[in-house]
Amino acid sequence: MANKEYAFYPGCSSQKGASSSNYLTSVQTMCKTLDISLTEIPDWNCCGASIGYAEGGELPRLALSGRNLALAEKHLPGLDVVATCAACWLGTREAKERLEHSDVLMRDTQIALKEAGLNITVIPEVRHMAEVLIEDFGYDALTKPVVKGLDGLKFAGYVGCQTNRPFGIDGESYENPKYLDKLVESLGGEAVKYDQKVTCCGGALAFSEPEKAHAQIKDIVESAYDGGADMIVTPCPLCQANVELYQGAINKKYGTKFNIPVLYYSQLMAVAYGSSAKEAALNGNVIRAKQLEALAGK
Amino acid sequence: MSVNNTEMAVRYKNNFLKELEDQAEMGEWIKMCMQCGVCAGSCPTNFHPGWDHPPQEIFMMVRAGRREEVLTSNSMWMCTSCYNCYVRCPRKLPITHIMHGIANYAHRLGVAPKLQPTRNFGKIFWNNAAKTGRVNEVMLTVDLYFRNAEGKFDLMGGIKKALEMQSVAIGLVKAGRLNPLELFGGHKCKDQKGLQSMLKKARELEETRKALKAA
Repeated sequence: MANKEYAFYPGCSSQKGASSSNYLTSVQTMCKTLDISLTEIPDWNCCGASIGYAEGGELPRLALSGRNLALAEKHLPGLDVVATCAACWLGTREAKERLEHSDVLMRDTQIALKEAGLNITVIPEVRHMAEVLIEDFGYDALTKPVVKGLDGLKFAGYVGCQTNRPFGIDGESYENPKYLDKLVESLGGEAVKYDQKVTCCGGALAFSEPEKAHAQIKDIVESAYDGGADMIVTPCPLCQANVELYQGAINKKYGTKFNIPVLYYSQLMAVAYGSSAKEAALNGNVIRAKQLEALAGK
Repeated sequence: MSVNNTEMAVRYKNNFLKELEDQAEMGEWIKMCMQCGVCAGSCPTNFHPGWDHPPQEIFMMVRAGRREEVLTSNSMWMCTSCYNCYVRCPRKLPITHIMHGIANYAHRLGVAPKLQPTRNFGKIFWNNAAKTGRVNEVMLTVDLYFRNAEGKFDLMGGIKKALEMQSVAIGLVKAGRLNPLELFGGHKCKDQKGLQSMLKKARELEETRKALKAA
């Protein structure tokens, strides 16, 4: 039997061929080492994301999250729901709160769910993977499997927004959360001083108003260089994509020479736990993390 | 889901605050604002040009009954959903959600700025996700680039934008994070029928509840 079991909500961007499919690969590798069993919620749907507000309306969004929660409850009773995507986690956990606090919203959501043959009785806990690692395992347990310490490598721990606000990891501050730095250190890496660790990457505005998002991403990358980082590490798929993919456009516009890899914490863990570059999905990075690839190949 | 702007303006006459309390998600919180301005100073988009009003100003304008100015403003559409204002508000107003709620109401009334790119993208995103229950990232990009702000197909504009983004797209395809085959259908939920009737029912219930409040 696995060490821990969870109802897994991977989210749209984690799917095969999608923008954070490398996140999923590295999470699976990391979970194998830690003996975590993730059972996908059958037929899960999109959380609606934050940007869904414009067209979605409140109840349709609650119905989407309600459907995932009802499916988890039905097929995987008693298990906490775990999301790897910050927006999936936020949207689903927010839905849980709203439904538990409002009889009207709960009643209406149940009526909508009935159309899909579903029903909510007890809403499971909704947690982010980073939360699970830190709260259910703890730094010491995460250090134990390390066979290739990330010694000498310097990381800017970019926490971003939605893994940090409004819920965040228990006991951490919104302004200066330390968990990502501690996680890096427990793998043997160095967490550099990083002023922009909770700055917004622009979120969906990277699509709709790129110039605004690029200005924010510029600060985020610049600050990582200022701190002397070799790489940026993040727990959020949209942070990862925005901060990695637009460095070229920012260089063009601002005359900078940015070319810094942006990794997921799970990729760092997979490498530190002795997995191959492929298992850590390092081939999924557009700006390749050569130092990590070298370490994984040793 | 659309509502008649004139009808609503007449129905709520001089009470725009009440209108938003009834009709906009989280609107009942607006009156709790004490005008400290922490939200304005915490907003990442506040530091870019072209922002009409920070949340603090919007909330005071709501109370002052400046209906048209608020609803046609681009302010709410600047939200990146970073939740900085939300966690810093000393009175614990869910500012992010209030801004989303006012934006959504302005959108439903049909008075939100027509060419606002985030309004446009928000609509594309929801329709994309709701269509099959899962986001098709390729179609999301195609719809974003190849449609103008009015939703009409725009080949030349699309090609221009696609060329600008060419290197990003190639990088993603090489990394296995963008699958052009999704043009012909991507991931989707199995229970399409249940999903669609659930969403339809949710929309109906919400419309009915809001109409009752206005009655």
